[in-house]
Amino acid sequence: MDVKGGVRRFFEASPPLTLLALAWIAFMVIVAFGADFLAPYSFTALDLRARLHPPVFMGGKWAHALGSDELGRDVLSRLVMSIRLSLLIAFFGTMIAAAFGTAMGFVAAHFRGKVEAVILMLIDFQASMPFLIIALAVLAFFGNNLVLFVMLMGLNSWERYARIARGLTLSANEQGYAAAVRQLGASNLRVYGLHVLPNIASTLIVSMTITFPETILLESGLSFLGLGVQPPLTSLGNMVGYGREYLTRAPWIMLSPAAVIVLSTLSISIVGDWLRDRLDPTLR
Amino acid sequence: MLRYLTGRLLRAVLTIFLVITFAFFVLHLSGDPAMMILSADAPPESVKAFRAAWGLDRPLWIQYLAYVWNALHGDLGNSMRDGRPAVQLVLERVPATLAITVPAFLLKLVIGIPAGIYAALHRNSAADRLTMMVSVAGFTVPSFVLALVLVLVFSVQLGWLPSAGSDRPTSAILPIVTLGIAGAAILARFTRSAMLEVLGQPYIRAASAKGLQWRTVVVRHALPNAAIPTTTIVGFMVGTLIAGAVVVESVFAWPGIGRLLVSSVSNRDLAVVQVILLLVAATMVTANIVVDVVYGWLDPRLRRGGARGR
Repeated sequence: MDVKGGVRRFFEASPPLTLLALAWIAFMVIVAFGADFLAPYSFTALDLRARLHPPVFMGGKWAHALGSDELGRDVLSRLVMSIRLSLLIAFFGTMIAAAFGTAMGFVAAHFRGKVEAVILMLIDFQASMPFLIIALAVLAFFGNNLVLFVMLMGLNSWERYARIARGLTLSANEQGYAAAVRQLGASNLRVYGLHVLPNIASTLIVSMTITFPETILLESGLSFLGLGVQPPLTSLGNMVGYGREYLTRAPWIMLSPAAVIVLSTLSISIVGDWLRDRLDPTLR
Repeated sequence: MLRYLTGRLLRAVLTIFLVITFAFFVLHLSGDPAMMILSADAPPESVKAFRAAWGLDRPLWIQYLAYVWNALHGDLGNSMRDGRPAVQLVLERVPATLAITVPAFLLKLVIGIPAGIYAALHRNSAADRLTMMVSVAGFTVPSFVLALVLVLVFSVQLGWLPSAGSDRPTSAILPIVTLGIAGAAILARFTRSAMLEVLGQPYIRAASAKGLQWRTVVVRHALPNAAIPTTTIVGFMVGTLIAGAVVVESVFAWPGIGRLLVSSVSNRDLAVVQVILLLVAATMVTANIVVDVVYGWLDPRLRRGGARGR
């Protein structure tokens, strides 16, 4: 599905947008790494004398620049910690999906026959079910455990990588270079890891820029429903879910994490488009 | 075509069977339902009685065979919470979900397809840019954020519409609009690129060159061809009518399948979750088969060869 063509045209019309998107991503990464130093308070610290304080831009004080919540916890501090956790989950989720999916694609293309048929069936199965439903079932019944949650995020889009890796590997095997190294006596691991992978990497990297925002959205959606990241840990979706209770009295609790989610997914999409043009002109 | 359809049906049945198996094992291996339903400090006798009553004391594979056997007879078990048949519990919620997903689906079609066609026909115009900007926003803004922003504007600030619940006729408006906007954005994007692809084909130039009016070229040659890829995404949207509103239903406290799923998942009500999984799988699979049949109708090349559309 060409969901990114518009982003590309959007970018061509105004190139500084890519720079802005890159700057936002860089900013998010810095925030994630420096979360401990940047958060003015502990993200769980209560300040019962400063409950539901509005943020600075709504007439509040600098003591709680983005306001505070019902328990007097500082929204800015929670936001910084949430950015770190949400980005970490999305990063590892994407990596797991890419590694597992690519490996499955290689296996399917290498063995062909029954192995390939089974993998293709799994791909079809996954593509035919809305992943949110699968995730909901698996998560709640296995309990809420951060490691499991990250693995589940990794299962989200493996089929995309598997499909791409299989297709590209099949055509690579037809080409001379793979056969040549094989003739020279290289092991399968060497052929796929050192020769085929670098040749198909650009397409896989572009796919990551598509699945990364998807993973952020999935994680925040599940956390919003209260079935993802569990307190005392906090993620962007958790904050929005919590802020929803105070929508009328304290909309700022929900607005800042919501804005971060939207800006981040948008930025990654824009940068992904730009990368696609650089790395893989065939995908246009 | 017939052979192809038979194959498709067989695969559909296999998929549903896989879902049943997947649901059964995931849900049973993941924890002891007796411990989840009863409290952790329940007396051992009542835990034992509970297990015997629900057949949880038998070996897993026997439970599985019994489950499949009963499922084939239309019995998918009772809710562990209130003891009513899970199928009944789930089917009760279907009308409420359809009451928002069907209007939202129509909204997607009515906004998304014309917007996509218009944008493609006026490529690079201001209207095209605007459409694409809105649709980029449509898929980077999560539905719960969109829903809450709509509530903030239309319920909290303006006070025009109820923010949640299902007691008033106007309660359905915000859920429908939330679902509709996001879907319309995706559909507009997709229709536009399908249209652009078709408009770049030599047969369009040939049709123009032989002197046909541009309107005729678009209506007779471009639209039918662009309809083929668009059918895929529309078919997928039909498949999500049942369970596409999990998040939105939760935000608006709408008593549909999605909310039942979320509450059953947090209550660990195995039977209900299984029925929902099965219902979703069946809907998706049916939608896919319908798409394939529609493909054959739209694309005469597929009718003869019996090959897959994609």
